[in-house]
Amino acid sequence: MSVFVDRDSKVIIQGFTGQHATFHAEEAMNTGTQIVGGVTPGKGGTTHLGLPVFNSVAEAVEETGADVSGIFVPPQVATDSLLEAVDAGVGVAVIIADGVPVQDMVRTKRYLAGRSTQIIGPNSPGIITPGECKVGIMPSHIYSKGRVGVVSRSGTLNYEAVSQMTALGLGQSTCVGIGGDPVNGTDFKTVLQAFEGDDETDVIVMIGEIGGQQEVEAASWASQYMTKPLVAFIAGVSAPRGRRMGHAGAVIAGESDTATAKLDAIEALGHRVVRNPADIGDTVLRTVKEAGDGAGTGAS
Amino acid sequence: MNIHEYQAKSLLRQYRVTTPRGEVVYTSRAAGRVAEELGGQRWVVKAQIHAGGRGKAGGVKIGNSPARIAEIADQMLGSTLVTAQTGPAGQRVSRVLVERASRIEREFYLSLVVDRESQRIVVVASAEGGVDIEEVAESNRDAIHTEYVDPGVGLLDFQCRKVATAIGLGNRTTSFTRLIKRMYRLFRDLDCLMLEVNPFIETEDGELVALDAKMSFDDNALFRQGDVVELRDFDEEDPKEVEATGHGLNYIALDGSVGCIVNGAGLAMGTMDAIAHHGGRPANFLDVGGGASPEKIANAFRIVLKDPNVRAILVNIFAGINRCDWIATGVVQATRDQEIDVPVIVRLAGTNVDEGRRILDESGLELIQAADLDDAAAKAVEAAQARQEVPA
Repeated sequence: MSVFVDRDSKVIIQGFTGQHATFHAEEAMNTGTQIVGGVTPGKGGTTHLGLPVFNSVAEAVEETGADVSGIFVPPQVATDSLLEAVDAGVGVAVIIADGVPVQDMVRTKRYLAGRSTQIIGPNSPGIITPGECKVGIMPSHIYSKGRVGVVSRSGTLNYEAVSQMTALGLGQSTCVGIGGDPVNGTDFKTVLQAFEGDDETDVIVMIGEIGGQQEVEAASWASQYMTKPLVAFIAGVSAPRGRRMGHAGAVIAGESDTATAKLDAIEALGHRVVRNPADIGDTVLRTVKEAGDGAGTGAS
Repeated sequence: MNIHEYQAKSLLRQYRVTTPRGEVVYTSRAAGRVAEELGGQRWVVKAQIHAGGRGKAGGVKIGNSPARIAEIADQMLGSTLVTAQTGPAGQRVSRVLVERASRIEREFYLSLVVDRESQRIVVVASAEGGVDIEEVAESNRDAIHTEYVDPGVGLLDFQCRKVATAIGLGNRTTSFTRLIKRMYRLFRDLDCLMLEVNPFIETEDGELVALDAKMSFDDNALFRQGDVVELRDFDEEDPKEVEATGHGLNYIALDGSVGCIVNGAGLAMGTMDAIAHHGGRPANFLDVGGGASPEKIANAFRIVLKDPNVRAILVNIFAGINRCDWIATGVVQATRDQEIDVPVIVRLAGTNVDEGRRILDESGLELIQAADLDDAAAKAVEAAQARQEVPA
């Protein structure tokens, strides 16, 4: 199954003919992703990477039956491209751009009310179901197929965690980068719900950071409704107050926003937390083994 | 991006929100002259720095003659103000705002912020104005009223009336509604993240006036806010951070001894945490971003080394969109071109890692290579501590 994307996903790329889009579309195709075309307004009717280019998302969806869009356009115009994808009815839209104005996202979220498109990002590395589908900028070779679900705000911390897991022989079902912005399309809780319902995921790793309460709310939901074990890491234990740490969303506003407060809260909710980012892989391994023993099934 | 109080008030006036009459000045003579021109019996001199907590730190003073105002301004200008928010080094005062003192009947708190939990713009108001709102939130949560704005329809009149009634302005709903809707329009038009008026007051004449004003803007939206960008005051920012921004780097100075050069904001924070876990303290947060060229890495070294507390540098790169060979070339270039007298620890992973390691190996430079994050943090902390013990 996996979550949000799999081998049956038909992907289009918005901003298809751009440099980054081209590079990552090619890489995704080489690792099995079904990319069926792209959109660059004004270049409709041409081909790129041997695939058709369309003037609009609606046209691309109509012609190719695409249900996922990877949006590789600059942040200044990103929400416009996103809303075009939503309007065209794609099921999942992944928005990579870092630097989207927050009030653009506030309006976008309002537009999304009552519509079913799952937005991943912005300021996101993307989403990958190893060996099946990648929509994003992550280095595919560090991922391996398996049964650990990973959700993170940060891209590079996602890579860090995944490489520790892969080195220990722990593969991933799906890895979702929800992005580092304060207003984002998909929150942690939504991804945990998806993993809980996914029969190819046994253990879930949540990698958060300072700022906001999304991680704690997700953990609180998990302790009530989730049957699968959750491992959490929150980056920024050593971050100062009131300063934005790179990601627009990473700023400590109050006591409960600190990494330590969030880790303590998640631990108190009965989940396993990691306090040193170098220990993520080991902790997941231990959790997988215990879950395997408990269920008597063993993790593959 | 933050701006000064006098700039924020000028923007408020453009949106027809009433503020006290006043002018910003850079000399004590001008302060006295402005007081005279404004007329009246009492004036306020307010130090213009971005950090809050000025009142308690002596940055807001009242005088009752133009001569006294000039005297106060003379003391403030050029002085260094240390407030609860400036840090121990304080902030130099180079301009002051001189205003006619208002006759205050009642004080209130009013702000607009982008709220990340509700993902909406929210109005926050309280009858307890002029005090620290965080303290009110802790001691008397019921005294704080919030109203969430649906971006589809904007702030509605009935919401404004609700807030007015809640903070005891039920008899002045019309003028309050006008005030807050103007503030909302400014907030939306100029891509604010925060607009705080604390206090806004009702004067003895029944007028609603913004006595103080604090604004911060969304850096991501500055591309379409040319007029706001003009208001930026680089003197209020760390010069290293300003230089870093110019090079496309995201740098924040901290007070430890391990300099950090990392790609990605999350990993940069994670690296700081790993250093702390090994008993060290990071000297900075630095994210080189995606597409880091050798030049960018060299600039990163230059900025990190400007901090005299740095005893070791940890380069931690997990290349996705980046390439390890470019990073390695940058590290080698920087180590050759710059006089680096602290140990450099390098951890590379991801795209083109073998090529990157080869470049480091063949450089013949004394670089300490690390296998993974844990190893890198341990080696960096050890190196920094060893240097700390060497007498100068």
